[in-house]
Amino acid sequence: MDLSLSTRTVGDRTVVEVGGEIDVYTAPKLREQLVELVNDGNFHLVVDMEGVDFLDSTGLGVLVGGLKRVRAHEGSLRLVCNQERILKIFRITGLTKVFPIHTSVEEAVAATD
Amino acid sequence: MATVELRFSALPEHVRTARLVAAAVARRAGVDEAVLDEVRLAVGEACSRAVGLHQSGGITAPVKVALIEEEKQFSIEVGDEAPHAVPGGDTPGGVPETDAEEDEMGLAVISGLVDDVEVTTGRNGGLIRMTWPTTPPAVAAL
Repeated sequence: MDLSLSTRTVGDRTVVEVGGEIDVYTAPKLREQLVELVNDGNFHLVVDMEGVDFLDSTGLGVLVGGLKRVRAHEGSLRLVCNQERILKIFRITGLTKVFPIHTSVEEAVAATD
Repeated sequence: MATVELRFSALPEHVRTARLVAAAVARRAGVDEAVLDEVRLAVGEACSRAVGLHQSGGITAPVKVALIEEEKQFSIEVGDEAPHAVPGGDTPGGVPETDAEEDEMGLAVISGLVDDVEVTTGRNGGLIRMTWPTTPPAVAAL
């Protein structure tokens, strides 16, 4: 399965809905999308990973890269994820300490700290 | 010989194929369903790493994956032909720092996921061997 990406604006947040597999082949598409959003002045991103079937370290690298970009503009990058197999990858790499991970888009959009 | 062997051109689009085949063979070998996600991720990481090493080193040789069914265990070997730094030896080519960091991330995921993993490197390439226990198929399932 390929990667699907769609974006929408909720208040001052930009929600990126990701679906499919994020791996060494598809991660560049996600990177491009995040770079484009930041270049267009969207600094508060919510990446909805509920439709993601697979995530590897290349995908993690892209998310970390996105976080660095928004932080350079005092922005934020929040994740939405409830899938245990995806959460596990964030845990074993210690990235749960780096990304705020929410259980719903509504919660992520409402979060302020 | 291995139960199933794969060789693929060092291109990112083929890593998914390797993941799917590895998971299918692992399931057949009796690796627990709950562990198949880990097998899929670990073999993907090992293959992504090998593809990266071949691409950055300009190596045209294919990446090799051996799926080995043994008594009570299932192993996956992912081999690359990139010359690695040998302890005490010269560093051929010299891997750029950013590549080295991504490489580390992949290995970190593998070692976080797989209890039994061996990484060997030499002048002629590297090999990652990962092993999982298997349970014999239930007779009732036949």
